[in-house]
Amino acid sequence: MTEGTAVAEAPANNLGLEQDLSDAVVGTWADDTEPAFVIAPDRILDVLTRLRDAHGFDFLSNLTCVDYQGYGGKLRAGIDARLEVVYNLYSTRRGGGSIALHVRVPENDTVPSATSVYPGANLQEREVYDLFGVNFDGHPNLRRILLWDGFHGHPMRKDWHEAYYEEDAKPFRSRHPKGEYAFHEDKLPWAKNTTYPAGWDPDSWQEAVAYVPVSQAPQHANEPHLDTESIVVNLGPHHPSTHGVFRMLTRVEGETILALEPEMGYLHRNHEKIGERNTWLMNMPFTDRLDYLNSMSNNWAYALAVEKLADVEVPERAEYLRVIMAEFTRIVNHTWSIGFILNDLGALQTPALYAIEEREMILDLFEAVSGARMMCNYMRFGGVVRDLPEGWREQAAYLANERLPRALDELDRLLTENEILKARGRGVGYLAVEDLIALSVSGPMIRAGGLAYDIRKAEPYGIYDRFDFDVPTLPNSDIYDRYYIRLLEARESVRILQQALRDMPEGEILGGRGGYTLRAPEGEVYGRLEAPKGELGFYLVSDGKTQPWRYHVRSPSYINLNALGPMSVGYKVADAIVILGAIDIVLGEVDR
Amino acid sequence: MFGTGLLKGLGVTLKHALDTFEDDRESVPDRYKGSLDLGNNRRVIQQPIDQEGLLTIQYPEEKRLLPERFRYIPMLIWDSEKQEDRCTACGICAKVCPPQCIWIVRDSDENGKPVTRCSEFYIDAAVCMSCSFCVEFCPFDAIKMNHDYELAVYDRYPQLVYDMEELTVPLEYYAALWPTQYEEEQARRKEEEEQKRKQEEEKAAKAAARAAAKSAAAATDSSTAQAAPKRSAAELQALAKERAAQRQAQAADAGGDDAAAAKKARMEELKRRAQERARQRKEESGQ
Ligand code: SF4
Ligand code: SF4
Repeated sequence: MTEGTAVAEAPANNLGLEQDLSDAVVGTWADDTEPAFVIAPDRILDVLTRLRDAHGFDFLSNLTCVDYQGYGGKLRAGIDARLEVVYNLYSTRRGGGSIALHVRVPENDTVPSATSVYPGANLQEREVYDLFGVNFDGHPNLRRILLWDGFHGHPMRKDWHEAYYEEDAKPFRSRHPKGEYAFHEDKLPWAKNTTYPAGWDPDSWQEAVAYVPVSQAPQHANEPHLDTESIVVNLGPHHPSTHGVFRMLTRVEGETILALEPEMGYLHRNHEKIGERNTWLMNMPFTDRLDYLNSMSNNWAYALAVEKLADVEVPERAEYLRVIMAEFTRIVNHTWSIGFILNDLGALQTPALYAIEEREMILDLFEAVSGARMMCNYMRFGGVVRDLPEGWREQAAYLANERLPRALDELDRLLTENEILKARGRGVGYLAVEDLIALSVSGPMIRAGGLAYDIRKAEPYGIYDRFDFDVPTLPNSDIYDRYYIRLLEARESVRILQQALRDMPEGEILGGRGGYTLRAPEGEVYGRLEAPKGELGFYLVSDGKTQPWRYHVRSPSYINLNALGPMSVGYKVADAIVILGAIDIVLGEVDR
Repeated sequence: MFGTGLLKGLGVTLKHALDTFEDDRESVPDRYKGSLDLGNNRRVIQQPIDQEGLLTIQYPEEKRLLPERFRYIPMLIWDSEKQEDRCTACGICAKVCPPQCIWIVRDSDENGKPVTRCSEFYIDAAVCMSCSFCVEFCPFDAIKMNHDYELAVYDRYPQLVYDMEELTVPLEYYAALWPTQYEEEQARRKEEEEQKRKQEEEKAAKAAARAAAKSAAAATDSSTAQAAPKRSAAELQALAKERAAQRQAQAADAGGDDAAAAKKARMEELKRRAQERARQRKEESGQ
């Protein structure tokens, strides 16, 4: 295949598949940084199964879809199928890069659901169904997920327009030079978005609750001699334990949970659609708002993906600055999450406040360097935007060398040996690590199940290969270990910080073309990093214009929720609250 | 022994309580290190990075000390040295703004020719995401980040839609908020100006030489056409003075009814025009 051509005849065994499956590969896509293979729709399950069983690709990291209607790029010339479902597979045992598979789907067609091979495809396929209208054959629970049932249309399709639609791409013409701006208030807010799907009557609609047991078969006989009946209980959406606006629809018998379904989307703002109207750079401050506790690592993940796509070099000092910010962020996130796991256990506020006290110091540093405590908007393509102010490095070094180790030890003394924490946490929320992987769970949760999989080691990005740190693991995969692993990881972050602050050289902080006129070359990319909550990835497609053609966020909070139901079944209602707390979600990232 | 973990934990909380008490006691009457009086009975508190106890800043009686780079809503710079707005209506900020909350009307002279000055400049503060891109990419140092975050009002519209008068601040205000950056910027601007002046001088000298050569060669040629200045410097200065006087008058009765009413009227007019345009568009599209 020569560079820049679209679909070449695929050298059959490029994918490393055995002869009997080589006919499943019908082409390859673009000149990528990673190989992408187009698979015949009816063979996709065979290919996935083979890759999982014989080739070690046990982790379905990313599953999404692209709408190519009106695509102007050269690479896809002559291909009719409008939609393309994308799979990114990794191996947690071997580490290393991904295999990307594509399945082309004509509009309104059906793709076999991957849930039978990778149960973790559950939420992601529902999202694709919701936002693109692709049907997945064999999915156990194919309902809308981020939008409600009365929503008309599939908003990520290119021909769908939002309520205040102005133009396809920013900058909008009405802003300059004549200032023909019209207020949204004046644009008749309800004129365009009150259509319902055909045959839909909003007045007679009732939310179906019958599906609660569908996805996890309930065992309905704890006490066979009693005439008991299970009932449906809503936890949330407005409940302090759900960490935001989030709902757990449970079927309980007595206190025991028989089935649990996460319900989400209350904060959905179609981040990805906004992202496709924005120019490449404009998306940077929007990523701050995903997991708003960790804007630094969100920035980095997005910059990483774009840099991979556009081949941008990052100067040495900027690499160090990125590591420093990302590790500070990890400490913020982990102390915060420890505090709130304890909150959910009933240790109201004390541990959380102690954790927040340290967070406060770190946020002050963020503010001094970037101008904001949480919405940092600090990174650019090719580096970071501002150098450190005077005295910053000394303060950071004081934190990393003295204050934070002391504070983490104190948290350890306060909590780890606590008998109540042990009684409530040991053995609760257990799920074998193999199941977690199959459910596409990443981050501290799988490390608390004994698997030392950390992208910083498995597929090092930035300059992580230069630092001396360990990937701690714990064996039990329960609430207690999920608490403790975060403390251990925060300690490792402190180690990295000490080294980075010691070794950081002087020099440039922004190389390459960080400006707002960036045009990424045509192609696709999946860039990911180890965010505090798990694998944060950005899947981007460029048609060579100033906007991304496709902008997809693989958010760890959202995909880790795959495990919520299976982890909670069989435990008490009170445990479900902590099980959710120990997944550590942020709704800004779940709902996007 | 069962319960030792609990006791240890209680020890930690006790230590914390004592630390907090100690921190508090030490810093009385100064209460917190690094604090200073601000008039208005409000103090500005800097959280020392080595404090041990928990520290609460008693907002609104006390405020946090903001770092220089703190960003909130942008402001426009009135260059008090040159007595003019720095903004040239180039529109770059309106283009880079991610939520597209800036809109600008470029001014024109009496012949209808656009000039490098804006007649209207709005920022919708309810939409602004404080990203600071406008500041980063403005080529004229004309827009900067304000530190004022106490902006609460009862209505978003029109109070939170800031117009040029509300956005504009004198250079000194900016210099006080962003001292380090201001110093660097001034030095850079001086240098640039110096260079520009030199270049222009050279150019002028060359042009003069060329003209001299030309006139020597063809003395009968008609005089080179000179573009008439769109507006004389004196005129511009008068305009600027007028604007400054207006601003001062408005500042004098800041929050006074007149200014608010004037703005309201302006916004009403704007709204009317926008509605008119929306109607037109609708008719055109045959809806
Ligand atoms: S503020 Fe700066 S970028 Fe914006 S129009 Fe004025 S000069 Fe141009
Ligand atoms: S700070 Fe950002 S959002 Fe606000 S006006 Fe400037 S560019 Fe727009």
